[in-house]
Amino acid sequence: MTLDPQTQFAVWEGSVEELRGLVSERAFTGETMILNMGPQHPSTHGVLRVVLELDGEQVISCIPDVGYLHTGIEKNMEYKTYEKSIVMTDRMDYLNPMGNGLVYCLAMEKLFELDVPMRAQIARVVLAELTRINSHLVWMGIGGLDLGVTSTMTYAFREREVLLDIFELVSGQRMMSTYFRPGGLWRDLPDEFEAAVQNVLDTFPAKIDDYDKIITQNPVFVDRTQGIGFINAEDAVAYGLTGAALRGSGVNWDIRKAMPYSSYETFEFDVPIGQHGDVYDRFIVRIAEMRQSLRIIEQGLKRLQKEKGPFRSGNRKYVPPPRAELGQSMEAVIHHFKLWTEGFRPPKGEVYVAIEGPRGELGCFLASDGSPNPMRVHFRTPSFVNLSALEKLSKNHMIADLVGIIGSIDIVLGDCDR
Amino acid sequence: MGVSSKLGNLGVVTTTLEDAVNWGRTRAMWPMLFGLACCAIEMMSSQAPYYDASRFGMELMRASPRQADLMIVAGRVSRKMAPVLRQLYDQMPEPKWVLAMGDCCSCGGVFNNYAIVQGVDEIVPVDVYVAGCPPRPEQLIHGFMTLHEKVKEMKWYEWAGK
Repeated sequence: MTLDPQTQFAVWEGSVEELRGLVSERAFTGETMILNMGPQHPSTHGVLRVVLELDGEQVISCIPDVGYLHTGIEKNMEYKTYEKSIVMTDRMDYLNPMGNGLVYCLAMEKLFELDVPMRAQIARVVLAELTRINSHLVWMGIGGLDLGVTSTMTYAFREREVLLDIFELVSGQRMMSTYFRPGGLWRDLPDEFEAAVQNVLDTFPAKIDDYDKIITQNPVFVDRTQGIGFINAEDAVAYGLTGAALRGSGVNWDIRKAMPYSSYETFEFDVPIGQHGDVYDRFIVRIAEMRQSLRIIEQGLKRLQKEKGPFRSGNRKYVPPPRAELGQSMEAVIHHFKLWTEGFRPPKGEVYVAIEGPRGELGCFLASDGSPNPMRVHFRTPSFVNLSALEKLSKNHMIADLVGIIGSIDIVLGDCDR
Repeated sequence: MGVSSKLGNLGVVTTTLEDAVNWGRTRAMWPMLFGLACCAIEMMSSQAPYYDASRFGMELMRASPRQADLMIVAGRVSRKMAPVLRQLYDQMPEPKWVLAMGDCCSCGGVFNNYAIVQGVDEIVPVDVYVAGCPPRPEQLIHGFMTLHEKVKEMKWYEWAGK
């Protein structure tokens, strides 16, 4: 067989020499085929593009190509004041808006040394865990859809509406909530909040059992996921995997336990761990995480009923005064004017804060030069780092398994490209 | 009135070719399975049981542009994605429509920067814009219905051009 380089490397925009080292030597002799997958592909969870080298149906190597959703969020945040740039974080990982806001607020609070009232901390935990369930539901729905379990998608999105209603209740928006602010919350939790969360606690355990059955008792699903996309604990750590992708390989690492933030140390929960490090174990770990999230929410709700203190810090250097004070206090008017026109001027410094997002370690690096705008904001996003292991995970698997592997590391391209 | 009163008992409905074809097009308008960012999640919500876009004959999302009638640009279009989006649009067969879902692809939204195309109408012709960040599924469905109204108004001599 004679090789026609024009056809063989048609999907590759760069020079053929650039591919040397990325694909095996067999691609240059025409023994294997170079195939493009994405960015418009239903199973790439957005706009991921993968350049595959295939031997028949077997994946020899794969080159993920990211950046199709690069939004310049980090750059845009440098042109906004600290508080205004919270809205940008919501649009980063759009399945985990509360978590993004949380990590950015924690970074600001660490930089300013701002205290957060207990009620706000517990409310943050409850909402962050609700967001985790929300994110895992979408992952389960779409991940099931990829592997042919179509019904998971309809179930997951039905349940998700209940959670979105809660987010709408507290913040007025279904997805882009911008509810967490430096020093606490935008406003106090509404009265209906407790009943709405109690409804979730009452109905969700039985539903999660149902999903468990759909997945673990479905022979097609089990056959397609067990022993696929294997990564052992050492490699998972070496690749920097975090979240369920790491815990599926049996590594007990959860930032909520290892480096607690926002009063997580006062909650009781377990960290589910897999054994084999394959796609199936990562599925199981996430299903178990949803149950643990419900446990945390239950404890948080009980404590919220007792904890009736302020919902936002009273430090007027960083937190604007409530509307009611503006009519009575000249000082409040000055603070209000100053904070909303110029913003606050934090001390110079650099901080890094990490939280356990639904996908793994979500970190925020914040550098301040003393001006009202952040000098540099950088997010360490789990999707980007986890995606780097895609080649390792998918090597020598069938191309049909690649779909399940991409689903199992649960990437969100908005999170990856930012 | 004319022939319709005489044929009324036979179960026959008379109409114009325009109305019949336009009606058919609105009742089976298949969107392309193509999500970009946050709006794609709300687009999936509108397909899911709670909002159920199949009431409008739009539940069947085609992954191939060759089988799609409607491109829902759901999310922000980056400069890297723009040529891909245009290629997908060119691959869709006539008649085809474009719905710009959300602020980002309507006008750039909050992202006025180097990376984002300031409105997808710079690269493809847009029929309906849906505002919101992201729009609720109800808003998207309203966008569908607005598009259907537009399609129902089409004339036969426009078919060739569309």
